[in-house]
Amino acid sequence: MNQIVKKRALAPKVNEYVISALRVATHCRPGQFIILRVDEEGERIPFTICDYSADEGTVTILVQEVGYSTALLAQKGEGDYIADFVGPLGKATDLSEYNRIALVGGGIGSAVIYPQAKFLRAIGKPADVILGARNEQLLMYLDEFDRSANNLYLATDDGSRGVKGFVTDVLKKRLDENAYDCVMAVGPMGMMRAVCALTKEYGVKTVVSMNPIMVDGTGMCGGCRLTVGGKTKYACVDGPEFDGHEIDWETAMSRLGAYREQEKEHACRLTGERR
Amino acid sequence: MAIERKRRNAIPEQDATIRSKNFDEVALGFDEKVAIDEASRCLNCKNAPCMKGCPVGVRIPEFLAKVREGKFSEAGEIIKSTNSLPSVCGRVCPQEEQCEKMCVRVKIDGAVSIGGVERFIGDYMLSLPSENKEVIKTGKKVAVVGSGPSGLTCAAQLAQKGVEVTVYEAFHKTGGVLVYGIPEFRLPKRLVGAEVDKLKEWGVKFELNTVVGKTITIDELLEQNDAVFIGSGAGLPMFMGIEGENLNGVLSANEYLTRINLMRAYESGSATPVQRGKNVAVIGAGNVAMDAARTALRMGADEVTVIYRRGREEMPARAEEIKHAEQEGIKFRLLSNPVRILGENGKVNAIECVKMQLGEPDASGRRTPVAVENSEFILPADMVIVALGTSPNPLIKDSFDALETGKKGTLIVDESLMTSVDGVYAGGDAVTGAATVILAMGAGRKAAQSILDRLGVK
Ligand SMILES: Cc1cc2nc3c(=O)[nH]c(=O)nc-3n(C[C@H](O)[C@H](O)[C@H](O)COP(=O)(O)OP(=O)(O)OC[C@H]3O[C@@H](n4cnc5c(N)ncnc54)[C@H](O)[C@@H]3O)c2cc1C
Ligand code: FES
Repeated sequence: MNQIVKKRALAPKVNEYVISALRVATHCRPGQFIILRVDEEGERIPFTICDYSADEGTVTILVQEVGYSTALLAQKGEGDYIADFVGPLGKATDLSEYNRIALVGGGIGSAVIYPQAKFLRAIGKPADVILGARNEQLLMYLDEFDRSANNLYLATDDGSRGVKGFVTDVLKKRLDENAYDCVMAVGPMGMMRAVCALTKEYGVKTVVSMNPIMVDGTGMCGGCRLTVGGKTKYACVDGPEFDGHEIDWETAMSRLGAYREQEKEHACRLTGERR
Repeated sequence: MAIERKRRNAIPEQDATIRSKNFDEVALGFDEKVAIDEASRCLNCKNAPCMKGCPVGVRIPEFLAKVREGKFSEAGEIIKSTNSLPSVCGRVCPQEEQCEKMCVRVKIDGAVSIGGVERFIGDYMLSLPSENKEVIKTGKKVAVVGSGPSGLTCAAQLAQKGVEVTVYEAFHKTGGVLVYGIPEFRLPKRLVGAEVDKLKEWGVKFELNTVVGKTITIDELLEQNDAVFIGSGAGLPMFMGIEGENLNGVLSANEYLTRINLMRAYESGSATPVQRGKNVAVIGAGNVAMDAARTALRMGADEVTVIYRRGREEMPARAEEIKHAEQEGIKFRLLSNPVRILGENGKVNAIECVKMQLGEPDASGRRTPVAVENSEFILPADMVIVALGTSPNPLIKDSFDALETGKKGTLIVDESLMTSVDGVYAGGDAVTGAATVILAMGAGRKAAQSILDRLGVK
């Protein structure tokens, strides 16, 4: 049982949860993730760690309501408990080889690059941060990024904040100026794929954080497998970060939909919603 | 001396047509009367060949003699002196390859059903109220990594000697493969739960959701304890590396069984989704493959086919599981090897295989299958479950360099089951690669003894 010590809404259907988990907090590093179960009957769902405090023994995650389990979590408030919280899983990010780094976040993925931005600032190598979302409301952690980024660029689909357009539009301009030797992209697979297609043209190393379907998160089931550089890799133990230019995006995106039918059916039972 | 003929008692079972639609236990077990009758078939051979077939040397004729006299708890004590989990082993041990294979009656009128009687006694022992054995605390502390049969057994042995034991388990539930692998219809989860409850009564602590190497390091465990035992299991499921393996609908038996056993995806209303194939192909022929195939049937498949590249004789599963699978209507495509998996719109719809024939025996004595030219054929399938074994999980090793591993990545241990790191012991599938419950249990027991010796606990 782990307690939700703080919860705040960051955008419609997007909540930040600060969860008490001492051991996870004292062992985690940027790039790692956790798996939680909301209640005893719950499924195991992975979330990337957005922030952590070893002193307070807390780990922060950001959750967008997209299905049954995330909706169930949203019903929990401060002081409530969730059944299980395990981590930190996966390998930590290692960008030590690079000096001119762009962190690109799409949608909820923005939050996930925050610990990286904070870390790079702390070691004296602040990165540029490029965030994209559908609209201004969905841009998150702006104050935090303001403090930690070297330059902060924003893009929204509807132009309500920053550039009207996609993160790739901003990134392209910067790549033309030869601004980076490494790009790290986190967000929906479609966005990461688009970033990789772009950076490939410029021959700039690109790291992505993959979020496939998982069960155990410890390398036991193989459900999270991806094809990377022609080889089968397990996102939970070999990743979650991989060289974006080596990923077989077609398969990865198709696998993400493996349980879509069943999930739809289940979400409807919770919300009474029909699709 | 001529042996008076008396046929082996068959273990009553749920009817195949009924059981293939439910998750209740298939084998129903002996009742008291039949257990006594079966035990009385034991000839009490002087040299007890059956014991030589048992990896942990259960004193079989002795416990059978007690059963014959109706002294069930004494029989239980005899078994428990070398085997801590009789209710589990009675159900899942490959007896026909071990104790029962060596029974003198095997060629006459059938081996004594040692497993059947062991199961009866195991269940009997679990039904007894646990006695509060006073153990004198030694002040020694041991950390156990993993709560599968090796870890549980090691913990039990240590706790009974007054050692303070904490078991660290990565999952949210204890039991290892016994809960997430082996299905309910073969090993009811309440039995594993009851075994774990006994350990708790003895003071063993369980820390769930704790991945050693990630949530806590082996270094930390060593600082806080006098010794560490690693029983982390077999590891990552292997795939074949053939075309189409990453299509939707292709999954490892581990994933399929975990979704269903651990996450209870078979219950309607479970939050964990599972694919329900109508036409399921299972690749492999070990226990894991049989479990996956029979589970698929119970999940509503119309047809389930096991595909195996060798012949019937070579199938590694327990004889009983193969028999049960056949009774339930599972089809077998033997001497067939998958060459690619076909699909449409990212989803599997067929599997292409090639016919095989058995060639010369290899180093292990098994005959190597070779492909027959131009014999490819296509089987339609909307789900393909891969059950081809495992390769060791690098997670613990990666976080703790000093641990030496063998060529295949399994942990290297010495005679006393100590790893290359002083005070760190290991056993079970993590050392042997995927093996059996009884071997894992035996290793847990042996390591516990080494630890007790090391700590000077008598
Ligand atoms: C489907 C299936 C059917 C089988 N059928 C039979 C059968 O009929 N008869 C038979 O004898 N054998 C059978 N086996 C094999 C048998 O179950 C195993 O040999 C046995 O369980 C091995 O025990 P173990 O203790 O070594 O490991 P496991 O049972 O695998 O337990 C290891 C435990 O360690 C945990 N763990 C792993 N890494 C970590 C970590 N870093 N930190 C904390 N915890 C960790 C795991 O979550 C797991 O709970 C079967 C196996 C499967 C998968
Ligand atoms: S989530 Fe099961 S192997 Fe990665």
